[in-house]
Amino acid sequence: MEKNISCSFSDLSSNLGISCFIAFITIILVRVIYVIYRTGKPLSKRSPQALSTLIVLGSGGHTAEMINLLLVLQKDRFTPRFFIAAATDNMSIQKARVLESSWADSSGVKGISAEFMQIYRSREVGQSYITSVWTTLVAMVHALWLMIKIRPQVVLCNGPGTCFPLCVIAFIFKVIGIRWSSIFYVESIARVKRLSLSGLLLYKLRIADQFFVQWPQLHRKYPRAHYVGCLM
Amino acid sequence: MGESLDGVKGKRVVFVTVGTTCFDALVKVVDSQEVKDELLRRGYTNLLIQMGRGSYLPTKSTGDDGSLAVDYFTFSSSIAEYLKSASLVISHAGSGSIFETMRLGKPLIVVVNEDLMDNHQSELAEELAERKHLYCARPPTLHLTIASMDLKSLVPYSPGDATPVAKLINRFLGFPED
Repeated sequence: MEKNISCSFSDLSSNLGISCFIAFITIILVRVIYVIYRTGKPLSKRSPQALSTLIVLGSGGHTAEMINLLLVLQKDRFTPRFFIAAATDNMSIQKARVLESSWADSSGVKGISAEFMQIYRSREVGQSYITSVWTTLVAMVHALWLMIKIRPQVVLCNGPGTCFPLCVIAFIFKVIGIRWSSIFYVESIARVKRLSLSGLLLYKLRIADQFFVQWPQLHRKYPRAHYVGCLM
Repeated sequence: MGESLDGVKGKRVVFVTVGTTCFDALVKVVDSQEVKDELLRRGYTNLLIQMGRGSYLPTKSTGDDGSLAVDYFTFSSSIAEYLKSASLVISHAGSGSIFETMRLGKPLIVVVNEDLMDNHQSELAEELAERKHLYCARPPTLHLTIASMDLKSLVPYSPGDATPVAKLINRFLGFPED
């Protein structure tokens, strides 16, 4: 008799455990579907206040292209600004600092309302894709730490590998409800016929709210992207 | 700019840049007699090489004996001044170097680094060459490109514009149109 009761208790608790787990997974799935459905739809709020903005910088032409874009965005709409570059990329941080101090000078504001951070790289240029799996996981944990601190409302990125973990985390924040953000991805001008790996992933997984390409060949291949011509 | 009748030449500088990369193949071929002879034949007097992280050191030359004057350095915080005083630019296929040079309206030969894995850089160089904004070459064929290039046939590049993207971003976020 006692054996039967203890068996049914453990059955009950394991059934309860399984039910909770299934319910949890279902809620997450529903949220993910909802987020993917809402992704790409313009925000319904009219005339928002200034939006905290994460700007992802990258070596090579990425930072130069990003700065080119920042110059045509109104600074008071995208503030406070957080710049993230790869740990080994000091030149990009330097360029961003120069930009911010020139803005501070011209508007007469004392001090800079921007923050500069560096993150472990998911993948070095030329690194094998297999070892990249581990380094990407490390980068993800570091990215999570930074994103919890920043919780941006806008994410601007244009292709370096560093942007992928950050965008994935921004997406997860949307699912969990920590912060709703608008993710904008501008594929580099150097990408004429093929998307970069970051771009391809963010496009296929529908993580970016708006995906911009600079050459018509890419627009033909990826019709959900916005063709905006050359930025440089 | 250019030669005058008595052989007193104005200085015509060829500026070679590899950006922050290592591109020994380009530096080597530019320093080769074949390419230097071709540059002389086309009327250039000076060759200045920005060699970046490469390990091959070109041979310096004053050019007093009528040969091409050759000089080199590794890096500079800004190559804008070198670009401005050049009559011809030979560059690696980095987008930064390409657009900086085209914005200054300088004739440009882009040399693609064949040793790079997953060479996405070549897409940009080839596309711009197709649109006749620059010449595209590989290290082994550079001397042929120099010999046959017609710089007057190059089409000037009109600078791009980031405002369409800004408009779309602002509209998406609900900011009013300016």
